Amino acid sequence: MCLAIPGKVVTIDAKTGHAQVDYGDGTSRTVNVSLVDVKVGEYVLVHAGFAIQVVDRKEAEETIALFKEMLEMAGEA
Amino acid sequence: MFELRDKTVADEILSQLKAAKVKLRFMHVCGTHQETLVRHGLDTVLKKCGVTVSQGPGCPVCVTTAREIEEAIALARRGYTVASFGDMLQVPGKDASLAQVKAQGSDVRMVYSIEDVVNLAKQHPQKQVVFLAVGFETTAPSTAAVIENGPPENFSILSCHRMIPPALQAILRAGELRIDGFIEPGHVSTIIGLKPYQLISRQYHVPQVVAGFEPLDVLMSVWMLVQQVQQGKAAVENEYARAVNAEGNVKAQRVMRQVFAAGDVAWRGFPVIPKSGMFLKPQYAAFDARKRFADDLSVLAGESFPEPQGCLCGAVLRGVCASQECPLFGCQCTPQTPLGPCMVSREGSCRIEFQYQKK
Ligand code: SF4
Repeated sequence: MCLAIPGKVVTIDAKTGHAQVDYGDGTSRTVNVSLVDVKVGEYVLVHAGFAIQVVDRKEAEETIALFKEMLEMAGEA
Repeated sequence: MFELRDKTVADEILSQLKAAKVKLRFMHVCGTHQETLVRHGLDTVLKKCGVTVSQGPGCPVCVTTAREIEEAIALARRGYTVASFGDMLQVPGKDASLAQVKAQGSDVRMVYSIEDVVNLAKQHPQKQVVFLAVGFETTAPSTAAVIENGPPENFSILSCHRMIPPALQAILRAGELRIDGFIEPGHVSTIIGLKPYQLISRQYHVPQVVAGFEPLDVLMSVWMLVQQVQQGKAAVENEYARAVNAEGNVKAQRVMRQVFAAGDVAWRGFPVIPKSGMFLKPQYAAFDARKRFADDLSVLAGESFPEPQGCLCGAVLRGVCASQECPLFGCQCTPQTPLGPCMVSREGSCRIEFQYQKK
């Protein structure tokens, strides 16, 4: 139930607080974005029709590299 | 960008875990973590490395009490429209589930979002529309946002929203299980941030890692917990930094605080957990189904609602019993004939176990 799916914000309607979010698998949905500060082109986590957080793209891209670094450091210790 | 698959990293984690020669028990409190663990066979692999990961009370559908389900059923039978998320409809009540009550002619709706319920209320102004609002801090902000926005006057909620940190404390206080660390739920944490966990680490000296939901997230969080145990640390670390920041979603916290007050509430399998429930504040009483329909619900006063006979969901939710240890698992109790909520919910450990392993 706490499942949340990442998608890309395609358009935002500031009046209604809703955005069109593209999930990258050919599906897109109208999502309430009133709980986040998000811009078109950014990624959000969507849960039960609401965007609950903006995904940090840089962190996402660096995750594996960071893991590798942590493991290496521990391995050498 | 969102898929986290790298076999060499997974292998390195497992080889370091093996070399550590530990014997530890961690707990997670999220059905989606349970799914990742069982679906990818990580529970078995980790056990071979000396790490047992137990499931705690991390399924909102499962921890909703029999009384709360009876409240919704009573309102549906009374002729009101009752709406909730899919799995809630299948949870067995005393003599029927909401789905069965619907089959008997009551107006019960399955919805994807609370906004669907608001629209329903707008379309049918002559009907009373009640939302059975379940979910942890991931879900509660959406309910709060709708209430703060002033929904239609014929809309109300039965709040069954609950908070995770008080449940963690209840588990540690009860001391039924030795827990060497918590894997904290990533999506609850997108909202609440890290601070609520830090208080717990200080008070109980327990390591915690906030984790994402890819197999590598879960493996890495276990590895981080093991590192902490070996170094004698009890810190809160964040493995899921791509979605969770230290302060959490401040907007969502604000609206939750605005609309809800913390109150004592029982969880299935648990006695009352102090300040773990989210109840509408007095200024929103007009949208509180328990107040609006107090007369209709008074029939439930004084009644007790025992667990389905033989069902061990309570023990499963406290992490003291695994699903396969339930004698009914896979025979009398299957996803087609569920006896308890843990076999109903896609986040329930019995359902997940059945789906991926069978008995
Ligand atoms: S297998 Fe069925 S009866 Fe047993 S604990 Fe799980 S839900 Fe309850």
